[in-house]
Amino acid sequence: MRRRPLYWTVHYCTLSLYVLFALFPLYWLLKVALTPNELLYSEGIRLWPSHASLEHFRFVLTHSDFPLFFRNSLIVSTSTAVLATLVSSACGYGLSRFTFRGKSALVALMLITQMFPLVMLVAPMFRLLTPLGLTNSLTGLVIVYTAFNSPFATFLMQSFFDAIPRELEEAAMIDGATRFGAFRRIILPLTLPGIAATSGFVFTAAWSELLFALMLNSSARASTFPVGLLSFVSKFSVDFGQMMAAGVLALIPACLFFLLIQRYLVRGLTAGAVKG
Amino acid sequence: MGADPHQGETESEVTAFGRRLASGAEPYLYTAPVLLLIVAIMLVPLGVGLSYAFRDLQLLDPFAGAFIGLDHFRELAEDDIFRDALRNTAVWTCASVSLQFVLGLGLALLLNREFPGRRLVQALVFLPWAVPTFLVGLDWEWLFNPVVGPLPHWLFALHITHDANNLLSDPNLALIGPIVAAVWWGIPFFAITCLAALQSIPKDLYEAAAIDGAGVFEQFRSITLPLLAPTIAISILLRTIWVANFADLIVVMTNGGPADSTQTVASYIFTVAFRRLDFGYASAVATALLLLLFVYAIGILLLRRAFLRRQA
Repeated sequence: MRRRPLYWTVHYCTLSLYVLFALFPLYWLLKVALTPNELLYSEGIRLWPSHASLEHFRFVLTHSDFPLFFRNSLIVSTSTAVLATLVSSACGYGLSRFTFRGKSALVALMLITQMFPLVMLVAPMFRLLTPLGLTNSLTGLVIVYTAFNSPFATFLMQSFFDAIPRELEEAAMIDGATRFGAFRRIILPLTLPGIAATSGFVFTAAWSELLFALMLNSSARASTFPVGLLSFVSKFSVDFGQMMAAGVLALIPACLFFLLIQRYLVRGLTAGAVKG
Repeated sequence: MGADPHQGETESEVTAFGRRLASGAEPYLYTAPVLLLIVAIMLVPLGVGLSYAFRDLQLLDPFAGAFIGLDHFRELAEDDIFRDALRNTAVWTCASVSLQFVLGLGLALLLNREFPGRRLVQALVFLPWAVPTFLVGLDWEWLFNPVVGPLPHWLFALHITHDANNLLSDPNLALIGPIVAAVWWGIPFFAITCLAALQSIPKDLYEAAAIDGAGVFEQFRSITLPLLAPTIAISILLRTIWVANFADLIVVMTNGGPADSTQTVASYIFTVAFRRLDFGYASAVATALLLLLFVYAIGILLLRRAFLRRQA
């Protein structure tokens, strides 16, 4: 049944509102970052400055520790994404394909970890990790973030595995494949979108985390980007241009990663494995 | 469905036993790493943290640490900031989650149809979700700042506010700031969840309903909504708890101020722990929040079970 043009007008208008709402804050961030200092106040609410410059970006990249913070964040987020996706795929597969003693207890444990305020872990975590040499260390952050993200990532991976019919791997196993062989050759390729989505979630979460990074890694050498930006804000709190330039830089990897994986986010829960 | 995949008539008793043993251990091998991680990194510190609630623990005072029983909770019962924080938590959580959900579901319904440019639109509207939360806070703080942000001037020009002052410095309105930021950031989460659920609904159902003469609204009410409900219930449950615990936006944008007027329980924990460095009292506040959320979660789970049973 073809829809009426009126429907599509409303459809597109509503969507444009969504797009405007989604993009405007990011646009404004970029705009102020590109506005030279002398125009910042005189042209405060103009939609585009009369001339743009990259001076704030140049300052942030050459006269600050941001390249170091950037590198630290990249290392932490990438390692966390890889590790958390690995352990959660295994766990999600186990939950999806087996019934075993203690399964519901495990699920309950993971749900509990999603419930309590992580803030309350800051103090004990600090005390437990310090003797192990895991404070002021990127490794420490990776371990902590992997643990924080693995329950949600597990649920996510489990839902992707659940969507793949058991018959597929059962057929492979009847044909003589081991369960692991079936997992590697049949299940894994079908869950690639799920793996992409999961690692995307985890990467973004690790890139954004502020509280534990602030508490556990106090030295500038091991600071991640959020910690660096916040200390920058408190140190140069009047220099909006530079702050926003740093903000735009913090956006880049998260957005790139997101754009790469976003089409896998929704599409292809089953990717047509059974149908057809 | 539940047939043992390892059955084989030609196998000897011994190998069959060995394989059954191996396959019995298998699920534990898959789940062990995650279990180890969450026990070591989350549950053990959680237990330790809970014990802090009953101790006088100040980070800067090496002599503190004594067991003080329920003193913190007595203090809590008379703490006005905590009482206001409870109310703010309710307002903040309800407003954020319901707006995120309604707008997210709306977006998912719009994106669930095929139209030219859908890919691009989807990438653009999901973008806020990729923005790191501390940056979401800073960005909206700047947008509400009359010096560099346009919002106060626009609101004034539209006669919504009486002046072009910063909303975030008005104790009666300041909580609106973090809520707007949270909604902006959280719409994609619900849109993604709902869209995934929508796309798993077989199209044949709609075709059959259309043949039976059901209109668009009727299809939404009798197919979409019931099939979406389990997903919706579980994601709202998780999201509500998550948002109630989520302090970053408030800490970054208002720091709980002005004069503790935007303090939620979660941000109050943060303030007590980091400003006052009083880990004992902070843990007591956290314990109170934990209990409240626990009661809430049990309620929701019971509701969902009742709902699923009625559906079956």
